[in-house]
Amino acid sequence: MIEAVSQIPLSWFLIVAAALFSIGLYGVLARRNAVAMLMSVELMLNAVNINLIAFWRYIDPLQPTGVAWAIFVLTVAAAEAAVGLALIISIYRQRDSVIAEELDVLKY
Amino acid sequence: MSETTLTALTWLIPAGPLLAFFLILLFLKRNHTASFITAWTGIGVALVFSWIVAGHMLGIYWQDYQNKTDVLEAHPAVIESSIAWLPIGDYYADAPHMLAGEAEAVGHVSTAVPQYNGQWLSMGVVVDPLNTLMLIMVPFTVLMIFIYSVGYHNYGQPLGTKLGTPNHGKEEPLFGRFFAMMSLFAAGMLILVVADNLLLFFIGWEIMGFCSYSLIGFWYARTYDDPNKIPPRYASIKAFMTTRVADVVMLLGIVYYYRVFGTLNFSQTMNGEALLRAAESPAVGLVGLAIITLLLFTGTDGKSAQWPLHVWLPDAMEGPTPVSAVIHAAAMVSAGIFLLLRIFPLIAVSIHSNPTVGIIIGGIGAFTALMAATMALTQSDVKGVLAFSTISQLGFMVAALGVGGFIAATFHLLTHAFFKALLFMGSGSIIHGMEHGAEHVHDHHTDPQNMFNMGGLRQKMPITFITFVIGGFALAGFPFITAGFWSKDEIFVEAFAAGTEGNFMGWVVFITLVLAAFMTAFYTMRQIALTFLGEPRTPLAEHAHESNGFITLPLILLSIPAIAAGFVGIPSNFLGTEYKSVFVNHFHDFAGAIYYEPLAVLLEAGLVSKGITTPDWSWVPISASLIVALGGLFLGWLVYGRQPLKAGEPDPLLRTLGEPLYNFLLNRWYWDSLYDRVLIRPTVFVSEVVVPQIMDKGIIDGLLHLTVRITFAIGGAMAAFERAVFGDGIDWLKDRFLDLAREFRTFQSGKIQEYALLSTVLAWIFAAFILIINFVL
Amino acid sequence: MQIIFIIVSAVTLLSGIMVVTNRNLFHAALYMMLSFLGVAGLYVLLDAGFMAAAQLLVYIGAISILVIFAIMMTRRLMQTTETPYNSQWVWSGIASVSVFALIVLVITQVTAVLPTDPNAFMAPSAINDAVLYDALSNMVISLGESFVSAEQYVLPFILSSVLLLVALVGAIIVARPDVEENES
Repeated sequence: MIEAVSQIPLSWFLIVAAALFSIGLYGVLARRNAVAMLMSVELMLNAVNINLIAFWRYIDPLQPTGVAWAIFVLTVAAAEAAVGLALIISIYRQRDSVIAEELDVLKY
Repeated sequence: MSETTLTALTWLIPAGPLLAFFLILLFLKRNHTASFITAWTGIGVALVFSWIVAGHMLGIYWQDYQNKTDVLEAHPAVIESSIAWLPIGDYYADAPHMLAGEAEAVGHVSTAVPQYNGQWLSMGVVVDPLNTLMLIMVPFTVLMIFIYSVGYHNYGQPLGTKLGTPNHGKEEPLFGRFFAMMSLFAAGMLILVVADNLLLFFIGWEIMGFCSYSLIGFWYARTYDDPNKIPPRYASIKAFMTTRVADVVMLLGIVYYYRVFGTLNFSQTMNGEALLRAAESPAVGLVGLAIITLLLFTGTDGKSAQWPLHVWLPDAMEGPTPVSAVIHAAAMVSAGIFLLLRIFPLIAVSIHSNPTVGIIIGGIGAFTALMAATMALTQSDVKGVLAFSTISQLGFMVAALGVGGFIAATFHLLTHAFFKALLFMGSGSIIHGMEHGAEHVHDHHTDPQNMFNMGGLRQKMPITFITFVIGGFALAGFPFITAGFWSKDEIFVEAFAAGTEGNFMGWVVFITLVLAAFMTAFYTMRQIALTFLGEPRTPLAEHAHESNGFITLPLILLSIPAIAAGFVGIPSNFLGTEYKSVFVNHFHDFAGAIYYEPLAVLLEAGLVSKGITTPDWSWVPISASLIVALGGLFLGWLVYGRQPLKAGEPDPLLRTLGEPLYNFLLNRWYWDSLYDRVLIRPTVFVSEVVVPQIMDKGIIDGLLHLTVRITFAIGGAMAAFERAVFGDGIDWLKDRFLDLAREFRTFQSGKIQEYALLSTVLAWIFAAFILIINFVL
Repeated sequence: MQIIFIIVSAVTLLSGIMVVTNRNLFHAALYMMLSFLGVAGLYVLLDAGFMAAAQLLVYIGAISILVIFAIMMTRRLMQTTETPYNSQWVWSGIASVSVFALIVLVITQVTAVLPTDPNAFMAPSAINDAVLYDALSNMVISLGESFVSAEQYVLPFILSSVLLLVALVGAIIVARPDVEENES
């Protein structure tokens, strides 16, 4: 597979990652449903991981640094998903809603 | 003691309170006795460790001093230890060839892990002269507050039943939670103090931010009948949100800092070479350093409650009094100033090369000092006065740093922590006594915190009275015997010296601070007279009595440093004596050693205006200091003390200042309502009303509406501003504004996605800004 | 190869767009799985086979299932006819596009500034192929060793496992139906 990388410039991967990140960002900002927001966050984290792996492969493939970082991001993403979904379910039980706009108890 | 032991002790300083937090929260919170004993033990262990380490540092200093070494020029003693814990990779351009050569030797199938080759993220602790001082002050003050809290929450009384509201005279039901959060708070502060890099520092900073949120809102269920009074739940949100705004900007500063220096370690960046390299590199330059300074200063601005982000602090008084003491004295607000002290060489370079930075930092400090002092003049809440005086005193420190007064700011930070903790706990003791009186006469409508309901407490609470007077006089800067006099005088000396050296800001700061100090003395006397002198003005004060030993013991212990801490910092040329012949400024030599060398290097390169020096003796600052302290106290006594107020009599200041001005000060210069009307409401108006209107009614119709509404919004904002500034000048514009308000009554939204969008936009703007600097300029 | 890359990225991005635009939340979750699959494909193209496997297991196997559980548990409220967006969706779109533009600008700037020779961002070809092949095929071994090596990632590794444990315990406590005890 070594030739795959030699035919594709690094910037292609970076741009795909940037696009995925922006799509995720849009979802976080614009979706009403909190579960959908969480799914968008996962997309953003995936975009970060693509960046990490791409930089690792193109710049420093002899050391596992980039992959190790990506694994950590994966761990954090799993933790974040678990806690986030638990919070959503708990909020749903209490307020009968998962619409982010309606969850405005932080209102001052 | 060996280096290894000292290093280990330094690492373990934050561990005590942190462990106490987990123990209490997980196992002990139902058992109130075990809770507070665990919390005491945690902070007690931290105190012992800190003082051992600090004692070692002071011992080295004392030895040097005895041996007549020039302590300033001697390299400061430092205990340092850090671990590289996270490889972050590296870009190395030459490596491939080297590795290709090596591969021949290793052979084709090799499973050996190659040695990691790249950069690390490090975390570590450091003890240097600067944080030695904090290590002496912080654990001691916090321990006093912990002891006090036990009495404050009525330990040993029958258990209260109301969760989340004050249980007057009954034991707090959430006792365990309180001590858990306080322990975490202490741990955060200690992490911040011993941190050797900006990231660990920021972690401690954020732990404190969270704890302040949960502690200010400790009485989360409390509500008030008066709609203008902010309940604790909202006060905590306000504190959290306001500091959060500043923290986001500060985080950007940290990122830029890393980008410029390649590390976040303080000793590797805040030295002459690193700063010289950064200042001379074309990619950073002096402008880059100035931007970092301002970004980090914004963090301080929020945390230390400087204008324009000061609005959270007065409302933070809604928390229990020990919380106020720990936030406003020992920990949180000190952390902001401590950050500025940590990066002082950077600030010194920035204010020298970029006068704007000096004007911003010095100007904000001086303005805040004066503004908050005027606000404190008219407050009736006994804790409110102290809240504003805290903002004002922090302004003194920031202003001192703005004119390069490193030692003066450090000194004032230290002495202020002692006497302000004392004053807060004294006020808590007063409120406690008043609440006891309220229980006694079954009166729950009279405000026990209002000073106009007090009077004559001198006979009822003698220990509180004496200690409060000590703290108050230290705050006012009573000459020669109080700590506050020496530190405030040092600030005047620095500002005056900067002025005479031709720094315009020096004069501005000097004159403003002298005025503020005069007001400080006046409102301190006003507070003492209203509270303690004369006859009781209400039955509550009539039946108040001295608090128990848990409360009085910390007051007595804290009044010792409130007096004694000043004597270590008497200027070496005080009263024009020959340098170090009579007086030796140990504080100056000890604390100054940390940045003596960096500043000397930078001075040689012409990047700073002065090193660590003792300003020439002049009679002007000391006279000013004496006049304002004694004059303010005397004037206060004339107005309030000579003929104490009778029950129902109005504040004499009301007549002197006139009602509009008095109300203007009483309502905190209307900053809150100004922010609400000028910033918050129009923003929400635009985001919630204008945009959907465009979408629903079509572009043209919407645009018309937009124009009309923006006009109205501007008119409304102007009306609000006008009313805010000119009292009750209600006019046509205001009516229009009220119509609008009735039509669209959606205010600050609390919706997470709006905040997220705002953060995105802000981050985008900053990123674009830095891009422009890096690629275009 | 370039064609494979383009197909895989197109799948990833298009299903990503479907995730944030689809009215039906359940369909959005399925598209999310497809998008994750596309990302795994990109990892394969980047010679990170282990990452691709981890992606399949963790994201598609675990996180997606969690999300679908959550959707099913909160399903009653989500009518598929109402708009999936809040009131600020236009501004959000503008913000996202600007962020994208900014990042692309940075990428072009960086690639314009950095390479002194054309291989600087095609570094693999400059490395001896045998070494590279060796390093890549032993990547899992060196990764595993780096996680437990005191010289490298042992501390972050332990910390992240603690984080995971705390998060899972916390999630269970938060999502537990009723907190019967109160603190007094």
